[in-house]
Amino acid sequence: MSAASDTLANELRAVCGERLALHVSGADEITAEVASADLLAIVQLLRDAPTLQFAMLIDVAGVDYLDFGRTEWQAEQATGTGFSRGVDCSAVHPLRGDRRYAVAYQLLSLTHNRRLRLRAWCEQGEDPAVDSVTGIWASAAWFEREAYDLFGILFRGHPDLRRLLTDYGFIGHPFRKDFPLIGNVEVRYDPALKRVVYEPVSIESRTLVPRVIRHDNRYDPALLGRSGGG
Amino acid sequence: MAEIRNLTMNFGPQHPAAHGVLRLVLEMDGEVIQKADPHIGLLHRGTEKLAESKPFSQSIGYMDRLDYVSMMCNEHAYVLAIENLLGIKPPPRAQYIRVMFDEITRILNHLMWLGAHGLDIGAMTVFLFCFREREDLMDCYEAVSGTRMHATYYRPGGVHRDLPDAMPRYQASRWRSEADAARLNAVRAGTLLDFIEDFTRRFPACVDEYETLLTDNRIWKQRTVNIGVVPPERAIQLGFTGPMLRGSGVEWDLRKKQPYEVYAEMDFDIPVGVHGDCYDRYLVRVEEMRQSNRIIQQCVTWLRANPGPAMIDDRKVRAPRREEMKGDMESLIHHFKFMTEGYCVPEGESYAAVEAPKGEFGVYLVSDGANKPYRLKCRAPGFAHLAALSEMVTGHMLADVVAVIGTQDIVFGEIDR
Repeated sequence: MSAASDTLANELRAVCGERLALHVSGADEITAEVASADLLAIVQLLRDAPTLQFAMLIDVAGVDYLDFGRTEWQAEQATGTGFSRGVDCSAVHPLRGDRRYAVAYQLLSLTHNRRLRLRAWCEQGEDPAVDSVTGIWASAAWFEREAYDLFGILFRGHPDLRRLLTDYGFIGHPFRKDFPLIGNVEVRYDPALKRVVYEPVSIESRTLVPRVIRHDNRYDPALLGRSGGG
Repeated sequence: MAEIRNLTMNFGPQHPAAHGVLRLVLEMDGEVIQKADPHIGLLHRGTEKLAESKPFSQSIGYMDRLDYVSMMCNEHAYVLAIENLLGIKPPPRAQYIRVMFDEITRILNHLMWLGAHGLDIGAMTVFLFCFREREDLMDCYEAVSGTRMHATYYRPGGVHRDLPDAMPRYQASRWRSEADAARLNAVRAGTLLDFIEDFTRRFPACVDEYETLLTDNRIWKQRTVNIGVVPPERAIQLGFTGPMLRGSGVEWDLRKKQPYEVYAEMDFDIPVGVHGDCYDRYLVRVEEMRQSNRIIQQCVTWLRANPGPAMIDDRKVRAPRREEMKGDMESLIHHFKFMTEGYCVPEGESYAAVEAPKGEFGVYLVSDGANKPYRLKCRAPGFAHLAALSEMVTGHMLADVVAVIGTQDIVFGEIDR
């Protein structure tokens, strides 16, 4: 950890205390994890505390951790046994635990010239939900609409939570990991009906390159002697 | 007294001033806008989801197609994010090439913006002037990558190949006479660097030319001064970046404040506006073109004096050389695996941002250690700007909507992704 991120980590601990869990990823970026119950109180502090002053919300990204750390292709034992598509899907990555959706906020402080990534895990339930930060940063309005549209994450207190990017009348949340890449419906113009019609997709999904995870000693946290990226 | 009702009006998505596929639902009180509700997503291609289904290096080409007027800057943010996760750094020559092409891209983008913005407000000539210079810069793209727009030139660890020794030449045809071709080829006789150097000598006079058409033009000023004013505090609150933020008087440029590649060694100034209106943003962007020109000149000088590799010599992130591949079985296997499966990027996450012509273009990359990104999120500057459109146009006349769309430099490739 460099001196700059060390200072930021200390200041974050001083202002927010135990409510933030800090991780440092490889490129010296700090990720602060916050419980969704504390989110609003924490973002208020992050924006207004004089030592932090994260005045700008640069980006909000929804993330679906459903398949995190899972592969479509066992790469490690393959040399002896050949490749197989029958990969065990029950393993759950420790980062995820029993949680699935998270929202990652990229914050920027113009005064102190530094960045922070804040991650809030969504509450489990029928729909994943988290508090809206539109009251703190106006720029959150569209970013949260986008995350709602693509992941189905509900933002409590958002003034205008409508779909943003998908088609009018779209069903489903396309960036969820269980939503097929090819989609569910296709559209075409029907000359007989003289209008555009929606039909189930006619193409077949195929994997061109399977996901593989290969263990690499160069990136092994234990061998590098640093804490792993969050 | 007659009943007075607000009128709801549809604008776009096929309006010539909509800069692509913007649909606006405008609530009007006579000619005055009460509220604007942009409907976007007509160009949504699911780039981020597509990238999740492909090895890292196969998505570089998608980045070009996000903001399709500042192609290489998008690639830049993406390869920076991968480089952060891999923990590699490109050799200095590659960094200079990247900076040079980032600035060429900035001029390309600003020329497109200036031409389109002028055309929206009724200045036809600027458009033609701008496209004349754009042509030369596209030739530079063609020289290094073979394509005039979607270059796929930046790679994790450097750039695809070093600068070429020859420029592509024009040939006489039914549409281009021998004399025309010879005139165009006169500056293309030397290397790419010769051509770029010649361009940087010509370009300041071209900018003067655009300015004589617009800067003191009464009609231009009537259409832009005090239109779409954004105070600095509000610009920060709304997540504005780039010229939109600087036009409001906030001195913030990632090239200076959080320098990446070799921007720290470059000598250039950041223009800042005062009033935060369309006219100030125009002045900021025009000055940025002059500053970019200065940076390109410095890069050309350095690149001439310092030959060297333009790509990191690490076989984990670059394919083996052609000669090795043809003569050596292991290299052939390596090449095959590299081109199909790609390389695994260690588990972690990174946010890399560059000062793209439109503002901060960022890429948030989450990797779970696989050969494909787990999640890719592109932070498009235009997205935050367009979100504030309603606020910027409320209280203005209908015709000013076009001026505000123009000043925001909207490109739907990046907003809809």
